[in-house]
Amino acid sequence: MTLKQKRLALILGGLAVIAVAVALVLSAFNQNLVFFFSPSQIVAKEAPVGRAFRLGGMVEEGSVKRDGIDVQFRVTDTAQVVPVRYSGILPDLFREGKGVVAQGTLGPDGVFQAKEVLAKHDENYMPPEAATAVEKAHQARDMAAHTLKP
Amino acid sequence: MARSEQQSNERYGGRWFWRYASPSAFFAPAGRIETLCWVLAAVLAAIGLYLGFFVAPTDAQQGEAYRVIFIHVPAAWMAMVIYLAMAFWSLLGLWLGTRLSFMMSHALAPTGALMAVLSLWTGALWGRPTWGTYWVWDARLTSTLILFFLYVGYMALAAAFDDRRKGDRAAALIALVGAINVPIIYFSVKWWNTLHQGSSVRPGSSSMATIMLAAMLIMTFAFWAYSIAAAMHRLRTIIIEREGNAAWLRASVLGGKR
Repeated sequence: MTLKQKRLALILGGLAVIAVAVALVLSAFNQNLVFFFSPSQIVAKEAPVGRAFRLGGMVEEGSVKRDGIDVQFRVTDTAQVVPVRYSGILPDLFREGKGVVAQGTLGPDGVFQAKEVLAKHDENYMPPEAATAVEKAHQARDMAAHTLKP
Repeated sequence: MARSEQQSNERYGGRWFWRYASPSAFFAPAGRIETLCWVLAAVLAAIGLYLGFFVAPTDAQQGEAYRVIFIHVPAAWMAMVIYLAMAFWSLLGLWLGTRLSFMMSHALAPTGALMAVLSLWTGALWGRPTWGTYWVWDARLTSTLILFFLYVGYMALAAAFDDRRKGDRAAALIALVGAINVPIIYFSVKWWNTLHQGSSVRPGSSSMATIMLAAMLIMTFAFWAYSIAAAMHRLRTIIIEREGNAAWLRASVLGGKR
């Protein structure tokens, strides 16, 4: 091997070792890198008890009840549902059927007491007319599925 | 031309472009690339900003706030691409010991840091109305902040040595090791639950309205052109700084040639 080849092998070898080390560290800390827990994880008791954590999912359609600044809603990941209580101002993008991340603690009654509520945006960007069209298509599909049910 | 190409082929081991590994040979072409890219950047940015702010429709969910993507996304992409380019030139420099490679890497660093700041800053301004907060410690945001620190660390380390060659090599190691962070940034929204949404544009598909996507891609090319122009300008400055005593440079600069 020439000097240049040796040098290249040394650099690439060193980088490979570091990459493996980083991959191991990241997989070891996988739990701590999770920004939020899903309702299913909470029902399966994977979320920490008695300590603040974040709950993430969709705001269930028709579940939002407002009473002044007190809000109650349910967060779902389509498999499980967790009820949430919150007092405060909700972000503009907080909508039923849209993503949400709430920080707080899980009460003994199974209700998540949120201290902060953030809206999680999805990756779709479209003008209002297109959004209405998509909405209509979904409604038509749901209706078709409903009528076709035996 | 053919003759000089053949001569340099013989001299540089068969590949004509190796000739440009020498600062003296690349000084003039760098100036031409710089001029071309300034023009491209200005034209593309004018078109992209017009499309983005006057032609593209309002977003159904986010209203007008979404228009930050025409700056935010190109800046974030550039921050990652420039770091990879720095790592590439650093690898070449460490491997082959070419002077110009280190200079190229140094020339890229401030622009990369600027892009990282731009993406973090515009992201914060967007996050407040959209998410309800300027900042969260999720994987995407945190890894991008680390990218910014890597840029700063690279520049600080390169400047910290009295012996320039030592500084070059130490900084090149930061560039190479830190490059591992780039795929982590890119895939963070896929690997972990993050507040930051997933990628709207992936190779081969996108979940954006066409005109929004077109404006964003044109802005991306504008950012590319700006970054290349800025890097070439800085590269020429570094060449003058480092090789200031060379006869070719005196002739080139004082002779008024580009």
